Amino acid sequence: MDQWKNFSKGFFKENAVFVLLLGLCPTLGLTTSAVNGLGMGLATTFVLLMSNIVVSLIKRFIPDKVRIPSFIVIIASFVTIVELVMQAYVPDLFAALGLFIPLIVVNCLVLGRAEAFASKNNLVTSAIDGLGMGLGFSMALTILGAVREILGSGSIFGWKFIAGDGMIVFVLAPGAFLVLGYLIVIVNKINKKGA
Amino acid sequence: MEYIIIIISAVFVNNIVLIKFLGICPFIGVSNKVETSIGMTGAVTFVMVIATMVTYLLYQYVLIPLGITFMRTITFILVIAALVQMVEIMLKKVSPPLYQALGIFLPLITTNCAVLGVAVLAVQNDYNLMESVVFAIANAIGFGIAIVVFSGIREHLELLNVPKAMKGVPIAFVVAGLLALAFLGFSGIV
Repeated sequence: MDQWKNFSKGFFKENAVFVLLLGLCPTLGLTTSAVNGLGMGLATTFVLLMSNIVVSLIKRFIPDKVRIPSFIVIIASFVTIVELVMQAYVPDLFAALGLFIPLIVVNCLVLGRAEAFASKNNLVTSAIDGLGMGLGFSMALTILGAVREILGSGSIFGWKFIAGDGMIVFVLAPGAFLVLGYLIVIVNKINKKGA
Repeated sequence: MEYIIIIISAVFVNNIVLIKFLGICPFIGVSNKVETSIGMTGAVTFVMVIATMVTYLLYQYVLIPLGITFMRTITFILVIAALVQMVEIMLKKVSPPLYQALGIFLPLITTNCAVLGVAVLAVQNDYNLMESVVFAIANAIGFGIAIVVFSGIREHLELLNVPKAMKGVPIAFVVAGLLALAFLGFSGIV
C-alpha cells in the first residue's frame, strides 16, 4: 500500500509539472504535439529511473561534499545513452526533440529526485519513486501536448480531424505558457477538492 | 554585419526564454522582484559567456581531434559545474561586493538550462570563437530583458485582485504567454 502511494504521488499530489513546477523547459518547449510530449516524457522517465537506481545503490560511497557533481555525472551518462539510442532507432523523434535531449541533464526534476529522494531511500523505493515521477511527468507532457495539438493544428497524435490549420498561436511559444497556466489552475482545483 | 544579425536574432527574434524556452526555472523562480532578477541576469551573463568560450575551445581542440564528440553532454555540464564553483571562489576573493550581490544566484546556475543550451547551440551552429562569444552575450541580454520585464509586471500583479485559483504561478504563466506573444511580433525581422 505504501509503495502504491509512493508510486501514485507522481501523478497528482506531487506531479512534477503541475504542482512542483520542475522540469519546465522541456515541458514548454517540446509539447507542440502529443507525440513529442510523450517521447520526451518517456526519455526523461528512463533517465530518472536509472539515475535513481544508481544513486541509491552507490550513495554510501559518495562523499557528501562532491555529491551534486557525482549525481550530475551519473545523470549525464544515462542521457548520453538515451541520446545515442534515440539517434539510432527513432531518428525522426530525435530530430524533433533536438536540443532538449542533452538538456535532460539539467532537468531539475532528475537532479531533484536524486538529491531529495534516491540519496536517502533504498533501491526499491527509489526505483518506484523514479518510475512514478517519470510517468507523471510523461502524463503531464502528453496532456499539454494533446491540448496544444488539438487547439493549434486540429489533430491528435497526428490524426487530423479538422481540415486547415487551427489556432496556430497554440503551437507557437505563447500557447505553451497559456495552456500550462490554465492546466495548473485545473489541477489546483482538483487537488484542493481531494484534500 | 553577421554579428548584428546574431545579436538581433538572439535578443529579440529567438529570445532564449520566451521563444526557445531555455532557463524557465529561474525565469519563474526568481522573478518576484526586479532587484533579484537583475542580480540573476548578472550572474547568468558572467557564467554564460565564460562557459561558452571554454566549452567551444574544448570541443574544437579536444573532443573533435580525439573523435569523442559523443562525450559532449558530459564534458559540457562538468565544465559548467566546475566553472560556477571557480567563479564563486574567485569572486569571493577578488570582489567581495560583487560576490555579495551575485552570491546566492551562482549555485543555481549549474542547473540553468540556458547556459548549457547556449553552449550546445553555439557548437551546433558552427560558430567560430568570436561568433560564439557574441552569441553568448546576446543570449544573456535576451535573458535579462525577458526576466526584468517579467518581474516588473509581476510586482504590479501582486497588487491586483486575481481569482483565487489563479493566484501566484498560474497567472504568472498567463503573463509570460502574453509577453511571448509580444516577442512573437519580432519574428521575421532577421
